[in-house]
Parts: sequence; structure tokens; C-alpha cells
Amino acid sequence: MYPAQFEYVAPESLDEAIKLLAESGGEAKILAGGHSLLPAMKLRLAQPGTIIDLRKVPGLSEIKVDGSGVTIGAMVTHAEVARSSEIQSALPALAEAAAVVGDLQVRNRGTIGGSLAHADPAGDPPAAFLALDGSIVAKGPNGERTIAGTDFFIDILTTALGEDEIVTAVTFPTLAAGTGTAYVKFDHPASHYALTGVAAAVKLDGSGNVESVKVGVTGVGPKAYRATAVEEALIGKGADAIADAASHAADGIDCNDDIHASAEYRAHLATVFTRRALQAAFTRANG
Amino acid sequence: MSVAVTVTVNGKTYQNEVEPRLLLVHYLRDVLGLTGTHVGCDTSQCGACTIIMNGAAVKSCTVLAVQADGADLETIEGLAKNGELHPIQKGFWEEHGLQCGFCTPGMIMTSVDLLKNNPAPSEEEIRRGIEGNLCRCTGYQNIVKAIQYAAKEMAG
Repeated sequence: MYPAQFEYVAPESLDEAIKLLAESGGEAKILAGGHSLLPAMKLRLAQPGTIIDLRKVPGLSEIKVDGSGVTIGAMVTHAEVARSSEIQSALPALAEAAAVVGDLQVRNRGTIGGSLAHADPAGDPPAAFLALDGSIVAKGPNGERTIAGTDFFIDILTTALGEDEIVTAVTFPTLAAGTGTAYVKFDHPASHYALTGVAAAVKLDGSGNVESVKVGVTGVGPKAYRATAVEEALIGKGADAIADAASHAADGIDCNDDIHASAEYRAHLATVFTRRALQAAFTRANG
Repeated sequence: MSVAVTVTVNGKTYQNEVEPRLLLVHYLRDVLGLTGTHVGCDTSQCGACTIIMNGAAVKSCTVLAVQADGADLETIEGLAKNGELHPIQKGFWEEHGLQCGFCTPGMIMTSVDLLKNNPAPSEEEIRRGIEGNLCRCTGYQNIVKAIQYAAKEMAG
């Protein structure tokens, strides 16, 4: 299999890439690691007229962790996120999600910016991105803007990113001291896509009750989402409330239904894996 | 429209004009004649086409040749040095890590990356490490043993 013909450009600056994208009038696609785009092009599900490869654009491959938070360049690969000792300690659930994307070879090419911009409903990074309160930094002809994670995913393969914008980085606030985070998934045994993946971040108060909690779920619905019903059910409560709270993991979600898992089964998986993610996060909280 | 590509493969530099849609695996096989890298599923699942690109294992059916411009590539043909098998190749030989052999080049190249980042992997880590490589003969037991053999050999 090979893709349909296209024009290929590899600009050497972000501004040039943005200009090329704007000039294409919607015909161009941005290429990062290519592990979602190229398979789609080989199947002719995508036939962009122009490919704008970001591989020569400087400044998109850095990981920065400091007092103001964590900034990960859009072209940082899943393998780099997973192996980064700084990410492992600052955002454990994100490192865990990156470590179980696809397989070793896929993680070596796939990027965090590409994965989030593609918004595959069964990708792993979106769940951790939501639970860790991440934001997208995007740049277009009108300048740079930051898009909150909760506003970013719109629908299957659809985000709030403008047609003329490029994701340049993903940012996260510093986790409050003592916050426990975890990502757990139930993966499809062949593709390793998440049939269900859940990330949780839990902060406990002095008496061991939940002061704040965020739960991100992927693989279950048409887009990754924050399980707000679970979060609301847990606030102010202790570990014994986890199971009840987790039962709300798929509340109000139009669950995916396909040959791999029925909607009912996915809803069930969402509650089980939400429970496990919360248990793991609780164990690590104040740790 | 053709695009100029310069790559180093197994220490030798090549320069070609290629169509942008040419996949790296086809560039290696059809343009350079390096047919040791196999095309299996062609859908990024099976790992038969795995090569090392700038030090990391990649599925060359899911990389455009133009994306490899300037890259340092290593294929199965480059592993043996001066007629001496690489320890991973030796492991596959000694432990009967292949049956039909179709998946072998990809299995071996993935193992290069695996052992580089984890020189003493557990059995579980080996199985996780090669989860992107499928063996249709289902000969995984001996493949795992072959990688264990190589890890010991490389540790000296």
C-alpha cells in the first residue's frame, strides 16, 4: 500500500510552516511522527494535497519542567515522554500513558502533539492530558493561543484547533504537593489501542479525604472526556467511596460500539478501570 | 515531483531523487536493493519492516523515505561485522529463534533497540518490548530465549 500522490514540504521554521498551511486553503496536513496520518493515507482515508513535515522546525522537541509547570514540545515522542525522569516525577500518569501507547516502534515515532491533535478516541495520551489539567499551545497566522484541555476535544478526530493552526506545545500546571496520579488501560491485544484507558489525579486533605480529583477517560466514547460525575461523587470522601464514585464513569456518554467491544461492555470497563485508576492514585497520594 | 534524499544505511551514504509518497521500506528494498527488511502487514502492526533510524527502532512501512532525509539507518544487513554475527543474530541461531524466518529481521532490529535501552530485561520486559512484532509461526518462546541469550552475551 502507498498513499495517493502529494506535494511534500519540510519548512525550517514555524512561521514558514504556518504560512504554508494558511496558503494551502485547507488542502494540507501537518506531519509530525506520522503514525496516525500515514496509515490513514495508505488506506486513502486521508488524501491531503500537501504534507507539511515539521521535522526541521526547531524548538518543538524540548521538555521543560520548572516552577511554572511542565512544557512538552509538540514533536516530543511518546518514548521520550515515557523515559523522561522529569516527566516520571512531575506527571507520573502522563509517563505511564506514554509508555503504553501502541508498541516500542510506534512510541519511537509518534508524538504527543500529533496524538492530541489527531484526537483518536482510543489514544492513551488524551486521558492523562485531561486528568493532569493539560493545555494546548497552538500557533496560527493570528498568533499564539492556549486552549484548555477541557475545551480541546470536540468529537471523534475533531478538536478546537483551527484549520490554520499548528500545535506547538502541551503544557501542564505543577501538581499540588502530595497529589497521586495513575494511568491504567485495558488494551486491544493486537492494536494496543485503549478499549478503555483511565487517568486519575487525586489530592487528599489532612484527614485522608479527597480535596480535589480529576479523572480522564479514553476509548469509551467518541472523544476523551473528564468523568465529572465521578469527581463530584468523590469530593470530600475517602477511599471507601471509590467504587460507588467509579460507577458513574460512563454517565451520559454515548459509548462506542464496535466489533471489539459493545457499548455496554465499554461502559462496564470504564467503571472497572476508573476504580483501578483511582485506587492507584489514592495509594500514591501523600506518598 | 521528486525530492532529494540523502541517507546513511549501514555506514554507506546514498543519494536519490524519490517520489514523496515512497515508503522507506520500499526505498530500502526497491531502490537500494536491501531486501533483508521485509514487508509483512504493511499496516504498522506486524513489525517485519523494523529498522533502526537514528538509534531507534521504527516500522519502515510507516515512514516516508523523505522523512528519513539526513538520517542514519541500520538494517539487518548491517548487523554482522567482518563475518561475525551480532550477538542477537547469534542468539536467534543458538536458540532456534526462527521457524519460517519471515519476522526475523524485524524481531532482531527491535531487539537492538530493546537491549540498548534495557541491557538486562526480564522475560516480561522482553515480551512487552517485542509486542510490536508478530510471528505467524507463533515461535515466541524461542524468540524470547534468543533475546535472553543475546542480553547475556552482550553483558560479556
